[in-house]
Amino acid sequence: MKFKSNAFLIALSAVILGLIAGGVLMMAIGSNPFEGFFYLFRGGLMNMERIGNTIATAITLMLVGLSVAFAFKTGLFNIGAAGQMLIGGLCATLVAHYVFLPRPLYLIVIIAAAFLGGALWGVIPGLLKAKFNVHEVVATIMMNWIAYWSIYYFVPAYLKGPSLETESKSIAIEQTLRSPWLTKLFDGGYMNLGIFVAIAAVLVVKFVLDKTTLGFELKAVGSNRFCAEYAGIRVNRNVIISMMIAGGLAGLAGMTYYTGYSRNIQIGVLPSMGFDGIAVALLGASNPIGVFFSGLFFGMLQSGKGFMNAMTEVPPEIADTIIATIIYFTATSVLFSKFWDKVGRRRKEREQSRTGTAGEVKEAKHE
Amino acid sequence: MSHVIEMLNIRKEFPGIVANDNITLQVEKGEIHAILGENGAGKSTLMSILFGLYHADRGTIKVRGKEVHIASPNDATDLGIGMVHQHFQLVQNFTVTENIILGMEGGFVLDRKKAGKKIKALSEQYGLSINPESVIEDITVGMQQRVEILKMLYRDAEILIFDEPTAVLTPQEIEELMQIMRNMVKEGKSVILITHKLEEIKAVADRCTIIRRGKLVDVVDVESTSSAKMAAMMVGRPVNFKVAKEAMTAGDAVLNVDHLHVLNSKKLPAVKDFSLQVRAGEIVGIAGVDGNGQSELVEAITGLRHIESGTVSIHGKDLTHVSIRERNEAGIGHIPEDRQKRGLVMNSALSANMVIKEYYRAPFSKHGILNEDVIEKHAQDICDAFDVRSGEGIRSHAGKLSGGNQQKAIVGREMALEPDLIIAVQPTRGLDVGAIEYIHKRLVEHRDKGKAVLLVSFELDEIFNLSDRIAVMNSGELIDIVETKQTNEEEVGLMMAGVKNKEAAR
Repeated sequence: MKFKSNAFLIALSAVILGLIAGGVLMMAIGSNPFEGFFYLFRGGLMNMERIGNTIATAITLMLVGLSVAFAFKTGLFNIGAAGQMLIGGLCATLVAHYVFLPRPLYLIVIIAAAFLGGALWGVIPGLLKAKFNVHEVVATIMMNWIAYWSIYYFVPAYLKGPSLETESKSIAIEQTLRSPWLTKLFDGGYMNLGIFVAIAAVLVVKFVLDKTTLGFELKAVGSNRFCAEYAGIRVNRNVIISMMIAGGLAGLAGMTYYTGYSRNIQIGVLPSMGFDGIAVALLGASNPIGVFFSGLFFGMLQSGKGFMNAMTEVPPEIADTIIATIIYFTATSVLFSKFWDKVGRRRKEREQSRTGTAGEVKEAKHE
Repeated sequence: MSHVIEMLNIRKEFPGIVANDNITLQVEKGEIHAILGENGAGKSTLMSILFGLYHADRGTIKVRGKEVHIASPNDATDLGIGMVHQHFQLVQNFTVTENIILGMEGGFVLDRKKAGKKIKALSEQYGLSINPESVIEDITVGMQQRVEILKMLYRDAEILIFDEPTAVLTPQEIEELMQIMRNMVKEGKSVILITHKLEEIKAVADRCTIIRRGKLVDVVDVESTSSAKMAAMMVGRPVNFKVAKEAMTAGDAVLNVDHLHVLNSKKLPAVKDFSLQVRAGEIVGIAGVDGNGQSELVEAITGLRHIESGTVSIHGKDLTHVSIRERNEAGIGHIPEDRQKRGLVMNSALSANMVIKEYYRAPFSKHGILNEDVIEKHAQDICDAFDVRSGEGIRSHAGKLSGGNQQKAIVGREMALEPDLIIAVQPTRGLDVGAIEYIHKRLVEHRDKGKAVLLVSFELDEIFNLSDRIAVMNSGELIDIVETKQTNEEEVGLMMAGVKNKEAAR
């Protein structure tokens, strides 16, 4: 409990400091920071459509964040979410183009396809790590580029759109994750059923990590693999499972992005959200609930920055700078907590030295 | 009387525990002053306060009669207080000189020669025999400790604090360290020695401050106080140095190791053609100098290391190539050599650590879902039965416990499995007499229940105290197995050195 509230305070102070730093930057380029932030938040939240877009962006970020956080619990750094997103997204796109089923069944199939595609891309680095001790950071980065070039080849060859060479043909709207009632509720926009996938994923991951023997093993391996090995836990098997599930979660993120938020896959682009998810996991302290909220927050910044740029002189890069600054403050949060500890201690000591004499008298009487 | 250090009425609280409760420590100039207490009694906390790592909630510190405020180790250094930590703080690929001047290089250009000269002079003055040019990773642990000592002397420390300095040393190095301490006192320095080893206090200390559970018990004159009395004051009750042990007839073989060959991490033979039986109702002790293949032998039996050839079986069931979990389930309990690395997950709750070998079984989990209540109750039972003390009970992270309590938790966990064979490697390393006595008793109890115990220890006392039979190991080979009653330390000592012929030993 204590740790959680601590992580929350650290995240909150990092966010506030990040926003302050962003404000200072806006001032430095001669803009009014209050105006800038007003339009930044307004851009993300001013009406149902904007809120829908914020959430739609957040869905993908949450799922990538979960992917990174899940691997991190097992002591693995999954930097390959972008590639896993691409492959998961490709699988989902193929289903969207070629599989026609009643809606509930269809959703199950597309979710399964995306998860499996991402899982495949995640399990390969996991196997390499388990069998040959190849560092997962290297392997996942390589897998990103394999995914990138595979898409580059596959999309023009098999999913070519009618006009553009650089992206796949659009998915029919009924075959995407968009849903008429959600679209209506949020006045159009990108809002889609992915939100339920994300919420379910958050809850399932939380349950798996906290309540199951699988989570127990994964965490033991992540915290002390030597002790896990000694206790009879199969370390390599857990590394593989962890990377597989992390890949699957990123695959789901790809689905929500390519068949929900957007309706086609562009070639020659590694989705930047695959990397932003690392930030989401970091700010969320690798806790599923934390990831949910930090995903929402980053989603808001992402979707509001365009509006801020349109309404003020502030360039959209300021929003990215704020995100970067927040990450920086989260990463250096250890320094903060030390600093605050010291301040707190000094204050306590000063108070004690003031009341010290009185205290001693009391004690003397006591004895 | 001139006190060089006075810590008066020191109080320090941590969440859930009072580490120091109104403790007073007075060290005279030119004495070796020992601080004796069990693990977790508050010795290290007290010294950390003196060294500026912690701040006392209450109380005053006087150095050479003057009240001071020590906010950081730098303040302590300025006051002439130096500390030799249990874990050395050295840069492995730097030379001795570079390590010593690190942090006080003075000026832009390094004058290694001048520094080296001063270090050499100091080394000779105190009989440290250190070569300033050596690189740290090439010298022994004992030598590294002397570099730490030199670091303090180089900074003109007048008061030297040694935190459990002998834990990592061989008997001979301990003897040399004692001499170094005596030399320091001769040169007018004062030494504070934190320890829980009575024989060391007897050997060098002048006076001894005894602490128990954060409270001052007494300050005694070492020469006129018996070890037994000091031990009793430290633990709070009379201590038996020797565990009472009934004679017992051993039953059938539980563990059978047959012509075992094992390689070490460098792929060199570590265990050579080793055969051994441990029977029900007996304790077999493996005696040997550290690094003669004991670790590899245990790892091979428990499944942590690959077996090249030969077999390991329990109750006749071949375990040579099965998984670690299958071995656990076949009835092997293991108290590992390195409790921090292998024994516990430090940043997990004690409750999780207590079921780390059983979590997947009913009643701790069903269909892959953990049963938190049962787990916590099990952990609580172990902590109650084995007297494991911690700040926040079973919710405490294992890393927050003192070494003795960590070890008691591990022993408790392994005993709770009721294994037919328990392998205890250095089960009491770094523990105080109270905890040692306790763990020894539990191991003997286990044997009395008709189970088998394989004990590996580098301390002959422990081997002789517990074992029914002693197997002596040297460079990976079994030299001989002898009945404890029919041998003596001298004979075993010779065998440890590799003398094979029994007659030659006599």
